[in-house]
Amino acid sequence: MTKGSNAGVDRWRKFKNAFMIGLSVLSALVVIAPLFVIFGYTLSRGIGSVNLDFFIHMPKPVGETGGGMANAIVGSLMMVGIGGLIGLPIGIIAGVYLAEFGKNPFGAAVRFMSDVLSGIPSIVVGIVAYVIVVIPMKHFSGFAGSVALAILMIPTVTRTTEEMILLVPHSLREASLALGVPSWKTTIRVILPVATKGITTGVLLAIARAAGETAPLLFTALGNRFWSTSLNQPMASLTVFIYDYSKAPFTDWNNQAWAAAFVLICIVFLVNILFRLVTRSRYGIGNT
Amino acid sequence: MQTYLPRKTSEGSRQQTGGRDQLSEPPVVVFTQNGKGKARNVGDLVFKNLTLFFAAVVFSLVFLMAYEMYKGSNLSIAKFGWKFLWTSVWDPVRGDFGALPYVYGTIVSSLVALAIALPLSVGVAIFLAELSPDWLEKPVSFLVELLAAIPSIVYGIWGMFVLVPIVRSSIGPFLTKYLGFIPLFTGAPYGFSMLAAGIILAIMILPIITSISRDVMAAIPNAQREAALALGATKWETTKIVLSNAKSGIAGATLLGLGRALGETMAVTLVIGNISRISIHLLDPGYSMASVIANEFTEATSDLYLSSLIEVGLLLFGVTIILNAIARVIVWSVTKRFAS
Amino acid sequence: MELATLEESATAAMENTTPGQPPISSIPHKMIAKDLNCFFGKTQAIRNVTLAIPTDQVLAIIGPSGCGKSTFLRSLNRMHEVAGGTLTGKVLLDGMDVYDSDPVVVRRRVGMVFQKANPFPTMSIFDNVAAGLRLNGTRNKNKIGETVERSLKQAALWDEVKDSLNKSGMSLSGGQQQRLCIARTLAVDPEVVLMDEPASALDPISTAKIEELIYDLKKNYTIAIVTHNMQQAARVSDFTAFFYMGELIEVDDTKTMFTAPQQKRTEDYITGRFG
Repeated sequence: MTKGSNAGVDRWRKFKNAFMIGLSVLSALVVIAPLFVIFGYTLSRGIGSVNLDFFIHMPKPVGETGGGMANAIVGSLMMVGIGGLIGLPIGIIAGVYLAEFGKNPFGAAVRFMSDVLSGIPSIVVGIVAYVIVVIPMKHFSGFAGSVALAILMIPTVTRTTEEMILLVPHSLREASLALGVPSWKTTIRVILPVATKGITTGVLLAIARAAGETAPLLFTALGNRFWSTSLNQPMASLTVFIYDYSKAPFTDWNNQAWAAAFVLICIVFLVNILFRLVTRSRYGIGNT
Repeated sequence: MQTYLPRKTSEGSRQQTGGRDQLSEPPVVVFTQNGKGKARNVGDLVFKNLTLFFAAVVFSLVFLMAYEMYKGSNLSIAKFGWKFLWTSVWDPVRGDFGALPYVYGTIVSSLVALAIALPLSVGVAIFLAELSPDWLEKPVSFLVELLAAIPSIVYGIWGMFVLVPIVRSSIGPFLTKYLGFIPLFTGAPYGFSMLAAGIILAIMILPIITSISRDVMAAIPNAQREAALALGATKWETTKIVLSNAKSGIAGATLLGLGRALGETMAVTLVIGNISRISIHLLDPGYSMASVIANEFTEATSDLYLSSLIEVGLLLFGVTIILNAIARVIVWSVTKRFAS
Repeated sequence: MELATLEESATAAMENTTPGQPPISSIPHKMIAKDLNCFFGKTQAIRNVTLAIPTDQVLAIIGPSGCGKSTFLRSLNRMHEVAGGTLTGKVLLDGMDVYDSDPVVVRRRVGMVFQKANPFPTMSIFDNVAAGLRLNGTRNKNKIGETVERSLKQAALWDEVKDSLNKSGMSLSGGQQQRLCIARTLAVDPEVVLMDEPASALDPISTAKIEELIYDLKKNYTIAIVTHNMQQAARVSDFTAFFYMGELIEVDDTKTMFTAPQQKRTEDYITGRFG
């Protein structure tokens, strides 16, 4: 790179520099814009229909106005809950393994597999749940949906648990070991309590992701227009509700779909903001 | 009470290692001589094995999934073999299935998404890694991550209610009018189109390409930037150097974004039109692998039908796994190369 | 590498005695390191050190930065391996081979205070001191209460915190936190207390308090303290050992060490010619 002694060359370089910087700033704006546009639109179309009815009433038959999605809310809560009960412990304990003992090739393999798992399309996870739960049971069920969600939660929670445990200062481990506390007790009674806040928000993140999933529920839990809290039967969910009601030709139903979408997006955003606040040390460049 | 053993002087020591600080091999360690002393604690053993078990569960999950999907697609694999990939017929009545239109739709919509997203993502990554001051970088990064958090169904309904009409009434006519001589930019006036799917996918994969590209660029040592600036380079010229170093990392990020686009279901299903055809026109509707599974899985009336759909899922599974694996290896090796 | 038996080493050693060693068979020692070599991977940090820790006395370990003092200390309570180190040689505690025993047992008998105070952040002052007891299975509330009080008194912290035992351990000042850590170490009733530059991060007043503390503690505990502060060593210890580049150069009673050292290198260090 030679220093331009020619004023014209310098001016061209300066222009190119300014132009490229401008493009870069522009692209940042273009990228952030959809966030506000989508959230804003969801807000505007959804907030009108969000009322108490919405949360506590059942869907009304075609043609009747009003009604709510109580069964869908409860269904989502149940499936995310059961899915969490299955998937979260697996992920958390695997994360503990990776943090404590994972500096070997097997640990690297587990981490790799966890990352690969997180990249598998959720509809494929739905197919797997179909094959291993719906086929043997010979019917759709909320339980099958829970299994699909459990699988989806595992990679997120494994990695965040590992990261949170590794963030605990080494000096605490030393202090505990020096007191003559065995290594395993040190991990459980000294290290984990300190990492708990971070692990919890990782859990919330995984739950929020699962709560927003639609595809894997389409042919596992299927959906249910009626009230049901039985995991042994098809079960309604917030996301499938949005899908069904948005495709329907009734404006009233469309509005309800938007209301549900608004509630969903708010929950997800809140959890993400919480996660960012708690893991502020991960904020910013180069802190991965 | 022990007899005190005075220290030998250095010259007379029997265990002199020649005065060197470095050995050629690590020495034998006394305390594991007979296995005693180390990890006598039963608790440690139980804890390690318990956690190991769960880690093994996570490890084997992917293999389990592959196995189950392979088992489920047995029928159609046996019947159609490889021609499943390049036949276009999809006839549940006659029991003849070929996934080409869906493969085509998935690939084209994803490529369109990449074409739109890649320059934007790299632009934002440059902005975040090179140009923006600290106080701006953090909020903007956060906003990009929020974009990733939006559930796909919300993208889908927004796409259907907002984007599709825009494509139908503005973008479509615009492209047809000014670029219509290229077949790519014409097509049906429905709005539901490959293009709409590409646009919505682009928005969805922006965050992942951006954040990984930004991380890779940030991992490049400042020494490189300083060297360039000291030679009189402008900010943009310095950035070009950083980019060339980060090239493979950005490629990895792109692959990851591509993987995400290939597997996206709800957003695509609601805007692509779900018409099984292969067309060069981006404005024509199409069908993707994930969409056909979503739409027809519960309608599958025969075992062969179901098996064909599962095989489509298996294809999706295989492709995304391979892409992900390659991408992660690339990204890992790039950031490792620059980690001091 | 072959290990010498007791007899073999004793015989061989009779030929050479290290200058400066007092006629030592009359001084009882709690711990002894014999032919100790410590490594981090291929890098050797401690070279052929044989040193006894006299019972119920304070042994100061001095030397310039990087000479291996901390590494030596950590090899005594099996913390060296926690940092990934290896070693050859023997360490005996009352004749028991430290490396042939359960490390957990060793660490209960040999406690450690670290350079930077590390109270457990999620626990109160009371819980911090009680941590060692509780984690090792003690449940009796009375016993725990008594032990906490005793330890805090021994650490000269009781008067300052007795009314706020439920406050977080992190709410104390730096000097107080370090005394809290000392109390925590004492609560499990060790026989030896190892201190790795315990006052180096503290202000002079806190340092003075800790030095006083050490002077009182040696009535009941064997103490080995690593310090880069020679004046501190002179004030506080009964014996001093000088390390340089991983080797033990000289060890003697403190008075002799600081007034009439036998090795030139010792003298150079003490008089400040290098450091």
